[in-house]
Amino acid sequence: MIAIRDLVKKYSNLTAVDGLNLDIYESEVFGLLGSNGAGKTTTIHMLATLLKPTSGTAIVNGYDIVTQSAKVRSSVGIVFQAPSSDDMLTGYENLKLHSWLYNVPRQIRAKRIAEVLDLVGLTQRKDDQVKKYSGGMRRRLEIARGLIHKPKVIFLDEPTLGLDPSSRESMWEYIKRLVKEEKITIILTTHYMEEADLLCDRIGIIDKGKIIVLDTPSRLKEMIGGDVIKVRLSHEKQPNIELLKKFSFVHKVEQSNEDGLIHLSVEDANRNLPIILKYIDTEWVEYTSPTLNDVFLKSTGRNIKEEPEGGFMEKFARYDQK
Amino acid sequence: MEATSTILLNNVINVMTFTESLGRLYALWLREFKVFIRERSRLIASTFTPVLWLFVIGSGFGSTHPSTGVVDYQKFIFPGIVCMSVIFSSVFFGSYIIWDRKFDFLKSVMVAPVSRDIVFIGKTLGGMPNSLVQAAILLVIGLTIGINMDFISLVQTVIIVLLLSFSLTSVGLTIGSYIESLEGFQLIISFVVFPLFFLSGALFPLKSLPLWLLLLSAIDPATYAVDSLRAAILGISSYSFSIDVVVLLVFTIILAIFGSYSFRRMRAV
Repeated sequence: MIAIRDLVKKYSNLTAVDGLNLDIYESEVFGLLGSNGAGKTTTIHMLATLLKPTSGTAIVNGYDIVTQSAKVRSSVGIVFQAPSSDDMLTGYENLKLHSWLYNVPRQIRAKRIAEVLDLVGLTQRKDDQVKKYSGGMRRRLEIARGLIHKPKVIFLDEPTLGLDPSSRESMWEYIKRLVKEEKITIILTTHYMEEADLLCDRIGIIDKGKIIVLDTPSRLKEMIGGDVIKVRLSHEKQPNIELLKKFSFVHKVEQSNEDGLIHLSVEDANRNLPIILKYIDTEWVEYTSPTLNDVFLKSTGRNIKEEPEGGFMEKFARYDQK
Repeated sequence: MEATSTILLNNVINVMTFTESLGRLYALWLREFKVFIRERSRLIASTFTPVLWLFVIGSGFGSTHPSTGVVDYQKFIFPGIVCMSVIFSSVFFGSYIIWDRKFDFLKSVMVAPVSRDIVFIGKTLGGMPNSLVQAAILLVIGLTIGINMDFISLVQTVIIVLLLSFSLTSVGLTIGSYIESLEGFQLIISFVVFPLFFLSGALFPLKSLPLWLLLLSAIDPATYAVDSLRAAILGISSYSFSIDVVVLLVFTIILAIFGSYSFRRMRAV
């Protein structure tokens, strides 16, 4: 569906996208995961032909983003990081405007607008001015706008950035519904790990303009080596510790220098922890399952930032100092 | 045979893209129009200044400055005041492209398969209802100072207001497309609107001007609007009505080309 080849975008003093190669398949939900400034948005802007690549190209839906930009535009939808609807107009009027701009045939215009409004659950509020919408509703209207011309591909740039936890969860529900009902290829960028984990079929971790890891969420987590069980033994010198290594579900047993605990890397701790506990005497047990955050940490050596740089709180802090 | 069908097909495609473009133009214009209707405070604020000029300057100078020819001073500057309201509101309309950019609306239009020329023309046409309604309000106020118009002069007035509005909205949007901040825009347009207004001959007759001022006023599109409007409303003018309209039309086309060009080079993100 999308084939990105050696895509590069340089600005005068930095390289935002640095030789990106990536294939995205039809009808999958692909997540571009990365911290702020990793090149996610720049990549999406290039794929949607808003930015010209410095070099390299991509084929989107069979069209070249450099030489056939008009055709690319007609076949993709994009939802920007910040809502872009005119808030003096109603939700319905915004959709109507874009149905004209995308040249949706007159006969199906009204039907299509009704469909997308229903899909994002805004039918009730369609005749209210957008300025009366909540943050979550505005985002949903954006998604409806992006879908108005039945694109084959839709880009969602940080679809839940800045939403409160409950609107974030309802947004996820709408995105899942979109996958089911529209049979569309979705490329979403996010720096929320759980969002990527929950929604995406495959995830590419992008750092400094390059894809550094690419796989399904579950296999990415396996890469970390399964669940980790930490135990403190009731008494030292337990010979069974060595025996544990013989189980096929135990990958590694080692004494940590940091906390002095025994760390066991195992598959499926839910099922296997009771078995292990039959063999050793413990006075304290904890186990953790790997998250995408661990994957990110391992592949980039850094924690992902949870809040965007120069975000609201930072500005606030700056005012405070004055 | 094949050649004929190819030509036929191309024509069909051209007609289709033409009607598509019209549809898009209409959609973009309609959006501006709806915003205009919903933000009436804009209109009241921008009509106030011209009315102030008409009555304060008109009566104030009128009492000391009788030598404008056949009509009294207040009537003499009336067409100029109508043009003034169009000049101010049209150039100021350029700030809305900065708003569109700030709120990412422009980005959503630019990512649609719409040519930048259409975006430009749609936006420019969107500025015209404002000018027309303001002119209409001033014409009604004009009745109180004894400005009476017949149907033909009304039609002429509408044509001139539309042309002037289109050309100066182009100027405003051209400036707006280069400027990031509203504050910067405000500052720069004050260097544009006042010369446009003062040099247009809105407040004085052109015939007694020194040469340098005459030359400057000759490159001001508003000069021809004021002059033709004076011909239409009062029946007095320095040039003939048809010459004024042709020159204004040429200005409009040139300024629109500038505007389209600056929209094409405007960065989308």
